[in-house]
Amino acid sequence: MNTVDLQKQSVRDLNHALHQLPEGNENVGWEILNPGGKHNIACGLDRELNIRVDGHAGYYCAGMNKRADVTVTGNVGVGVAENMMSGSVFVQGNAGQSAGATARGGLLVIDGDAAARCGISMKGVDIVVKGSIGHMGAFMGQAGRMVVCGNAGEALGDSLYEARIYVKGSVASLGADCVKKEMRGQHVQELQELLYANGLNENVSEFTRYGSQRNLYHFQVDNALAY
Amino acid sequence: MTSQNPGIRESRLFNRDVIHEIQRAAETGIYDIRGFGAKRQLPHFDDLLFLGASVSRYPLEGYRERCDTNVTLGTVNAEKPIEIDIPITIAGMSFGALSVNAKEALGRGASEVGTTTTTGDGGMTSEERRYSTKLVYQYLPSRYGMNPDDLRKADAIEVVIGQGAKPGGGGMLLGQKITDRVADMRTLPAGIDQRSACRHPDWTGPDDLAIKIIELREVTDWRVPIFVKIGATRTYYDTMLAVKAGADVIILDGMQGGTAATQDVFIEHVGIPTLAAVPQAVDALQEMDMHRKIQLVVSGGIRSGADVAKCLALGADAVSIGTAALIALGCNHPRWQQDYEKLGTSAGFYDDYHEGKDPAGISTQDEDLGSRLDPIAGGRRLANYLRVLTLEAQTLARACGKSHVLNLEPEDMVALTIEAAAMARVPLAGTDWIPGKEKKL
Repeated sequence: MNTVDLQKQSVRDLNHALHQLPEGNENVGWEILNPGGKHNIACGLDRELNIRVDGHAGYYCAGMNKRADVTVTGNVGVGVAENMMSGSVFVQGNAGQSAGATARGGLLVIDGDAAARCGISMKGVDIVVKGSIGHMGAFMGQAGRMVVCGNAGEALGDSLYEARIYVKGSVASLGADCVKKEMRGQHVQELQELLYANGLNENVSEFTRYGSQRNLYHFQVDNALAY
Repeated sequence: MTSQNPGIRESRLFNRDVIHEIQRAAETGIYDIRGFGAKRQLPHFDDLLFLGASVSRYPLEGYRERCDTNVTLGTVNAEKPIEIDIPITIAGMSFGALSVNAKEALGRGASEVGTTTTTGDGGMTSEERRYSTKLVYQYLPSRYGMNPDDLRKADAIEVVIGQGAKPGGGGMLLGQKITDRVADMRTLPAGIDQRSACRHPDWTGPDDLAIKIIELREVTDWRVPIFVKIGATRTYYDTMLAVKAGADVIILDGMQGGTAATQDVFIEHVGIPTLAAVPQAVDALQEMDMHRKIQLVVSGGIRSGADVAKCLALGADAVSIGTAALIALGCNHPRWQQDYEKLGTSAGFYDDYHEGKDPAGISTQDEDLGSRLDPIAGGRRLANYLRVLTLEAQTLARACGKSHVLNLEPEDMVALTIEAAAMARVPLAGTDWIPGKEKKL
């Protein structure tokens, strides 16, 4: 186990050290102490590392992550795991805005709540929020799956492309072109798998699926009010 | 406006273009989308003239004395600034908007003369990386095709906040051009009309931008420069805020800047002319004591070496070309006149880049059309054109007695019109009058 104290070492030094690690150190864990809400902790990783951030992190924690598994024991600021490619990011507290923004792969799990624009422009990531999410969740979501065990704020799934959203609680309102959809067998199965994989003992039948109505896929005069 | 038939008179207010647009809008119910840039008359570099050397200044010998053209971009923070041999770069244009052969040709041409080319919305193709020795990777609101591997392959990163053709607007790429490869790169269904966001998804405002720029530096280990591209609007403040946020280079795109697909109303009615924007950006940099430390690259209507030289004289460190580069590749060439006529247009007028039917094989994803552009020959034409621009700029700089094109200065120029004098802040020709500036007594 490597330990880095961010009161004694800069984020730049930490990230540089993590980027320079030779391949093959996969089994070595890293513990980041005293993150103190600092920004850009553990971003741009491309190694099979196991990293634990012991406390709160600021913006873009684990941004653009590839292959690494990162756990944050506290809260995170804006854009946690933004543009993640693979690997996983677990947040044991709450997340600020734009959690998992544009992420193309991997798994983002938030134990608490996520603020506005969770999963904005998501492009293939799986996002599991055990609490609730704020407004504009999955805005322009292109691909991937988002599971919300609590409630969703206003304009969920606005201008959605092909991302799939599952919400257990209430939805304040749906955004343009986002509609409730039937839970067919494949959806029940994928939701069960996502819940099970994350140790969630939820009843799948209590969730509702939301997706794109695909009315905005082509510019048409009849949809002018939605543009 | 009177027709050849006496007695009938065309309205200046409701002229033929206006009437046609009203009729088109009434029939289709959707705004006009097109490519190219602003077509309206605007104050521009044509409205400036150089004062060649004579008794009070002496010129450099045209073919004997050096007039250097090299520029270094990103000198403040990056471990590896970009050295360009000429003060002209190729602006961001996407694969998707352009054919794969067009992107290759741009890379070949730019590389031949030692300058950069730039990716666009939709990410980096292997072809453009291979053929561009110096490649700038655009980081856009949509993040289509964005991945950290390509980010790390780039020689610089350009955070795009806006572009001159549509400051405040997002991109669009219509379904005709969303082929399987384009769709796959952008994680979209093939054939749909793609909409791009106008704001970045994970930051808002200059304080956030500062953190985002640090993230990009962290991901690339502070190796490459970070550019920030703005469309010309509130240029003085935007430049200051971008510098304060940590930009190494400001890319300033005036309203004449081109586009592959934008609403006509946006192109013609939003933003300020390049001529008006450059002095504002230079003011901001000078007030922050960052002029020539943070480089200023200006685009939007650069066509000739005269435009290059005048833009540099106003204080830019380099210029960038998009539309002119496509024309050099063969866009709007008369050899395709019959095909243009089939599309209801003519060589020299074609601007329907969004339709993907470009007879010259440039703004298309149709393989047959795309194959019409030989990337080697196209690259050679672009290199020729860039050399001409450079030679012309050197000619003007030598005439003003400058041993480097960056030594040109506003004092070397006068304006032909009051508007240009006010915007460029150089005197009206034959006077010492700069509108808006007090005379020194």
